[in-house]
Amino acid sequence: MKLYENPVLLAVAAAVVISVGTLVTTFIPLFHPSTQPVSPLVKPYTAIELEGRDIYIREGCNNCHTQTVRPLRTEVARYGDYSKPEEFAWDRPFLWGSRRTGPDLARAGGKYPDSWHYRHMANPQGMFEKSNMPSYAWLAKRRLDTSASFRKVTVLGYGYGADEVQRQIDGFRSTVTAASYPSAAARARVTPEDLRGGITEMDAMVAYLQKLGRDLKEAARRESAGVRTAAAAEARNPYAGDKKAEEEGEDLYKANCRSCHGKKAEGGFGPDLTDPQWKFGGTDGDIFASIAGGRPGGMPAFESMLGKDRIWKTIAYLRKLGRR
Amino acid sequence: MADGAQHHSVVKGFIFSAVFWLLVGLLVGLWIAAEMIFPSLNLTPWLSFGRLRVVHTNGLIYGFTLSGIFACSYYMLEKLTRTPIAFPRLARAHLYLFNAAVLLAAVSLFAGISTAKEYSELEWPFDVVVVVIWVMFSANVLGTLVKRREKQMYVSLWFLIATVVTVAVVYILNNLAMPVNLLKSYSAYAGVNDANVQWWFGHNAVASVFTFPILAMFYYFLPKSTGLPIYSHRLSIIAFWSLVFGYLWTGAHHLMLTPVPEWIQTVALAFSMFLIAPSWGSVINGYYTMNGNWEQMRTNYLTKFFILGITFYGLQTIQGPTQAIRALSGLFHYTEWVVGHVHMGTMGWVTMIISASLYFVVVKVYGRDVHSVKLVGVHFWLILVGQLLFSVSLWVAGIAQGAMWKATNADGSLTYTFLDSVASMVPYWKIRLAAGTIYFAGIVVFAYNLVRTARPKTAAA
Ligand code: HEM
Ligand code: HEM
Repeated sequence: MKLYENPVLLAVAAAVVISVGTLVTTFIPLFHPSTQPVSPLVKPYTAIELEGRDIYIREGCNNCHTQTVRPLRTEVARYGDYSKPEEFAWDRPFLWGSRRTGPDLARAGGKYPDSWHYRHMANPQGMFEKSNMPSYAWLAKRRLDTSASFRKVTVLGYGYGADEVQRQIDGFRSTVTAASYPSAAARARVTPEDLRGGITEMDAMVAYLQKLGRDLKEAARRESAGVRTAAAAEARNPYAGDKKAEEEGEDLYKANCRSCHGKKAEGGFGPDLTDPQWKFGGTDGDIFASIAGGRPGGMPAFESMLGKDRIWKTIAYLRKLGRR
Repeated sequence: MADGAQHHSVVKGFIFSAVFWLLVGLLVGLWIAAEMIFPSLNLTPWLSFGRLRVVHTNGLIYGFTLSGIFACSYYMLEKLTRTPIAFPRLARAHLYLFNAAVLLAAVSLFAGISTAKEYSELEWPFDVVVVVIWVMFSANVLGTLVKRREKQMYVSLWFLIATVVTVAVVYILNNLAMPVNLLKSYSAYAGVNDANVQWWFGHNAVASVFTFPILAMFYYFLPKSTGLPIYSHRLSIIAFWSLVFGYLWTGAHHLMLTPVPEWIQTVALAFSMFLIAPSWGSVINGYYTMNGNWEQMRTNYLTKFFILGITFYGLQTIQGPTQAIRALSGLFHYTEWVVGHVHMGTMGWVTMIISASLYFVVVKVYGRDVHSVKLVGVHFWLILVGQLLFSVSLWVAGIAQGAMWKATNADGSLTYTFLDSVASMVPYWKIRLAAGTIYFAGIVVFAYNLVRTARPKTAAA
């Protein structure tokens, strides 16, 4: 047959055959706006967040962390609401990843305070003994190069002018270098003295991590503020004084709370949980609401992770510590 | 003949490039396998897991596999067309430019210069060089075919043509980018589209590097080394066209349950299932070729590589489609399971076929018997055992990991923290490291055997 005797013809035939699937599955969606919708709720990255994102790319964080939560019950419980297409309108490249050697980060923004990230990035094993994440302490020892920032946001079409980029950089610098910055102590611990007045790569990385999923989370929070508090406020701990529950609560505490509130709940990033002072109220119901729904300033919500029962057991353990 | 000599030196060059990049890529693989167990091995930024994993994948896909493909392609081309290579000088330039590019590319990945798109991580100046290299190769493939003396084109040559075309199309389209400067660019596609294009590329990189050219070798070197004609020419025609047609539809099976439009996922699932047929067309063709001559598994030192290789290809092409099923993807995606899948394909199918083909070619181009048939056997068993231990342990690990992520208590809350799942993977990672070491030992034996075949001790000056 002629086709099998003419290499050029065969090459053309092969090109035609491969282009069918290509056209249908990649080209057509590419020109369909519904594939990548744009939402006003999701804002582009600031110049600093973008620099942080580029460091994330440089270090290959996407080789261990994904950034898409799938619509599966347990996945939503672990990470938060599942990912929507409009969240990625500003992402070039996409960073969904293909392996979860570490947890998904699509909902990392606002989950922990900045200070948590400074400490965690510098020494993951110091926080979670069993973690196999590399230490990135050296990011805090490198000054952030912002010389290409304006060019970058221009190429990406974020619509910031040169002065807006400068304003973002200056604004960020004055925030992280201010004495009143809530994470100043944690930042100073990892940043060498001579760099504390400027922006480091670590600062940009933390800014980027705090942006992940934040826009949609804040929109959701605006809508549903306070529900968990009201619902749980009258409840009393069914495990109060139960020895076995206290032991279980201790294990839960170690797995979920220790990294912020300290080995014996004496406080760390999070407040001391053994003293009689409670920022958000000290009744069983208040503490339940804090754990279940999270609190501003970095306390994550644990309701879907732990469930009601285990939150009460954790509270039973905290009460035991408080009695000492 | 001057042309012939020229050509042989290029084939020899690519054979030893393949062996070299294989050893380098595997060492990096062992290092990252160890880092997963002992994070303190992330000694410097250049040695941190996130960067090194990319050196491992690119080094082996492009450095090793492509070198093997080039070596065997130049060899097969000349034999199957009974014509010297069309542009021998170009082929030589191809050899040098290719190795220089792999070296520089590796350095750039160590330095964190990366686009983050899997198997497409090289920044845009390298993409330009890759295109130049590919044009050099394609010119020789098509040029030699046009000038050929043998009228019919054997099926291996079609697969070679498909490789040339597919790599060009998918590589260029996936790498379209907007440069910021020499070392940095952003993808031409945003978000969901970027993901969709990337995995359309990703799957067809597997097709056009790990499948088409490896099948070309299989269809050529199996009959050559056994002296048996391929069982069915017609079956190979059907398998060829349906494979080349079907592969391009399936990229989204890497993106099940993500924000990529659902219909694209469903189409990908359907075509993944369809691919079982043409894939098994080749498997069956291979088995039937051996019909009545299975004693060659013992008597011929190369047959067992080809038969085990095509068997792993068969298993791989059944496992792959099952991973595309939504419910199973829900469980396996992101877990160790997929790493097990990858390494059965690469360590079982790809390296089995390339190693046997390289033995065959080395013997021919140096005109000498293989240094030691016994060592070929040692090599075979080490890489077989290493690979099986590697993939089976990671499948078990992946099931356990997926189940831990999904486990819930009676009240619907999660049973395990993420770190619980990390901690429970450590024993499997230790087995994988051991398995990788066994496999690596096999490859060292392979390298030694090839080198000694090329330079026997007695002849060494
Ligand atoms: C000594 C043998 C090997 C060892 C120890 C090894 C180790 C590894 C490790 C640790 C990973 C990362 C897995 C993860 O992120 O969980 C990996 C990924 C990978 N390796 Fe290997 N490897 C070996 C052989 C090979 C060979 C021969 C090839 C190709 C010819 C290869 C291709 C790949 C690819 C493509 C990936 C990416 C998988 C994915 O994204 O799912 N490896 N390898
Ligand atoms: C009919 C043939 C095949 C089908 C339908 C198929 C299907 C799949 C699917 C669905 C995945 C994604 C799994 C996940 O992330 O959840 C995958 C991953 C992969 N497969 Fe296959 N597979 C096939 C054959 C092969 C062969 C022959 C190889 C050769 C080495 C191979 C190499 C890979 C690699 C390297 C990945 C990892 C991609 C990544 O996530 O980085 N596959 N395959």
